[in-house]
Amino acid sequence: MVETREQRAALLGLAVLAILPWAADAIGQGFVITLASRVLINALAAVSLDLILGFGGLVSFGHAAFFGIGGYVVGILAFHAGEGEALFGLVPGTDQALIALPAAVAVASLAALAIGALSLRTSGVHFIMITLAFAQMVYFLFVSLKTYGGDDGLIMSRRDGFPGIDLRDNTVFYYLCLAALAAFLALCDRLVGSRFGMVIRGCRENERRMAALGYATYGYKLTAFAIAGAGAGLAGALLANHDKFASPDMLHWTKSGELMVMVILGGMGTLYGAVLGAFLLIGLESLLAAFTDHWMFVLGPVLILVILFADRGLWGALAGASRDG
Amino acid sequence: MAEALLAVEGLTKRFGGLAATDRASLQVEEGTIHALIGPNGAGKSTLIAEIAGEIEPDAGRIRFAGQDITALPVAQRVKRGLVRSYQITSIFPGLSALGNVAIAVQATQGNSYRFWSRARRDPRLLDPARALLEEFGLGPRAAIRAADLAHGEQRQLELAMALATGPRLLLLDEPMAGMGAEESAAIVEALGRLKGRITMLLVEHDMDAVFALANRITVMVYGRPIASGDAAAIRANPEVRAAYLGEGDA
Repeated sequence: MVETREQRAALLGLAVLAILPWAADAIGQGFVITLASRVLINALAAVSLDLILGFGGLVSFGHAAFFGIGGYVVGILAFHAGEGEALFGLVPGTDQALIALPAAVAVASLAALAIGALSLRTSGVHFIMITLAFAQMVYFLFVSLKTYGGDDGLIMSRRDGFPGIDLRDNTVFYYLCLAALAAFLALCDRLVGSRFGMVIRGCRENERRMAALGYATYGYKLTAFAIAGAGAGLAGALLANHDKFASPDMLHWTKSGELMVMVILGGMGTLYGAVLGAFLLIGLESLLAAFTDHWMFVLGPVLILVILFADRGLWGALAGASRDG
Repeated sequence: MAEALLAVEGLTKRFGGLAATDRASLQVEEGTIHALIGPNGAGKSTLIAEIAGEIEPDAGRIRFAGQDITALPVAQRVKRGLVRSYQITSIFPGLSALGNVAIAVQATQGNSYRFWSRARRDPRLLDPARALLEEFGLGPRAAIRAADLAHGEQRQLELAMALATGPRLLLLDEPMAGMGAEESAAIVEALGRLKGRITMLLVEHDMDAVFALANRITVMVYGRPIASGDAAAIRANPEVRAAYLGEGDA
C-alpha cells in the first residue's frame, strides 16, 4: 500500500499524532492534548475547505458558516436536552454524540447545498463575495438569537455522551478527533482520485472546456461544496463539544480567513497539507502569543514566503511533486 | 439525397449594430471535410460558436442529424456528437497529457458521480486515452503536464481530446493557428487520416491546408456565406477573389 513519499509522510504524521498524548503525559505537559485536539479539529475544517478551494478552485470565503452551524447544532440540541423542551415543539434535544454529530453534519451540508446552489451561479470575485455575504448573514442570524446566547454564545453543561467511552476525558476526546480527521482524509483521498475528483479538478483548470466536453459542471461543483460543508460541520460539532461552547466567533469571517490561511500554508490541493497548515497556524499563534500580541506580524511574512516560493506549500516541500494526473 | 448532417438556415446574430452572422445558411454533408474561409472579422468564429451552442443566435435554425438543436445547451449537443475545438488552445494545463484525454474519454462514459474507485488506474479511461495520444504522436509525452508541452503538441492534444468524445461532427476553429510549418503539416496529416471517418467543419486561414483537406469550401464575408463549392470552383470564383483582394488578408 505504501508506495509514494507522500503516503510515507502521511503515515509518519499519523504515527506521531497517535503517540502524542502518551508523549505529552510523559513530559508532564497535559495541556498539549487539548491544544492538539483543537488543531486536529481545525485541520478537519481546513481539509474540507481544501477539497473545494485546492481541488475545485472554488475560493469560498464563507466556510466558517458551515463550521459554526455544526457547532450550534450540537449546542442547541444539548440546550433543548437540558431544558427538556423540543426545538420548535418538534425536534427533541439530545446530549448523545452519536445523534448530535450526524445531525450537525446533515444540517451543515444542507446549508452548504442551499448557499452553494445560489453562490455557484457566479464565479471568480463574485463567488468570493457572495460566499462571504452568506456567511455573514448566518453570523448575524446566530448573534440575534437571544435564546441561544446571542453575542455571548451558547454554553453546554457538559460534552455529549458516547456509548462505551467517556468524552469528558481529554485524551479520549483527542482520539475521537484524530479518528474523525483520519477518516475524513481517507474519504477525501479517494474522492479526489475518483472520476468525480477528476471532474472537480477539470472545473478548476478550465471550466469552459469541461462544458464543451459535455459535463454539466454545476451539479459536480455543488456536490463538492456540500461535501466540504459536511466536513466543516463535523469539525464545528467537535469543537463545540471540546470547548463545551458554541460561539459566534466560529461563524465570523475571520474564521473563514484562518481556514484559508491554513490551506494555503500547507499547500492547496494537497489535503494533508491543510493538517500541516493547521498545526503551523495554531502552533505559531500559541507560541508567539506568549511573547507578543502582534503575532500576526510574524505570520504575515511566513505566509508571503510560502506563497512566493513553495508551489504546493509546506506539504509540497515535505512530500514532493504533485500527483495530479 | 438524404438531409445533410448539419444544416444551418438563416442564422443571424447581432452585436449592437453589427451583424456578426447575417442570415447565414450552410450544409455539411456526412463524411466530408467542409472548410469555412473568409477574411478576419467575417464572423467565422461566431458561426462556429453558434453551431456549438455557446452563442445563442437571434434568428434562424440549426439542424443536426435531422433534429432541430437551435435551443439545446452545449452539453446536450456534445452528447449528440457535435463537438468543437478552440482557436485559442483550451486544455487543462495542470493535468498531464494523459489526464487531459482521459477526462475527455470519461465524458462519454455516463455521469461522473462516482466517488470511490481510482480514475487514474481505470483501464476503461486510460486505454482509449493512450491510444488517442499515440495516434497524435504524443505517446511518449503522456506523463508531461499539459502546460509544459510545446504549442504544437498542445494543439495535437486538443484534437485528441475532441476526438475522445466520439464526435459525429467536429468543429475545428483554426487548428493550425500559431504553428510552425512542421507542426502544421503534422496536423494536416492527422486530420487527413480522419477524413471520411469523422465529418469536420474547419475554419482555417492556411489555404494550402484547406485545399489539401477540404471536399467542399464555403467563403464567408460580413457574416454571410457568399460562395460554396469544391476547391477548383472556389479558386475560380470572381466574387471570392474580389472579397479577398478587397480585404487584403488571407
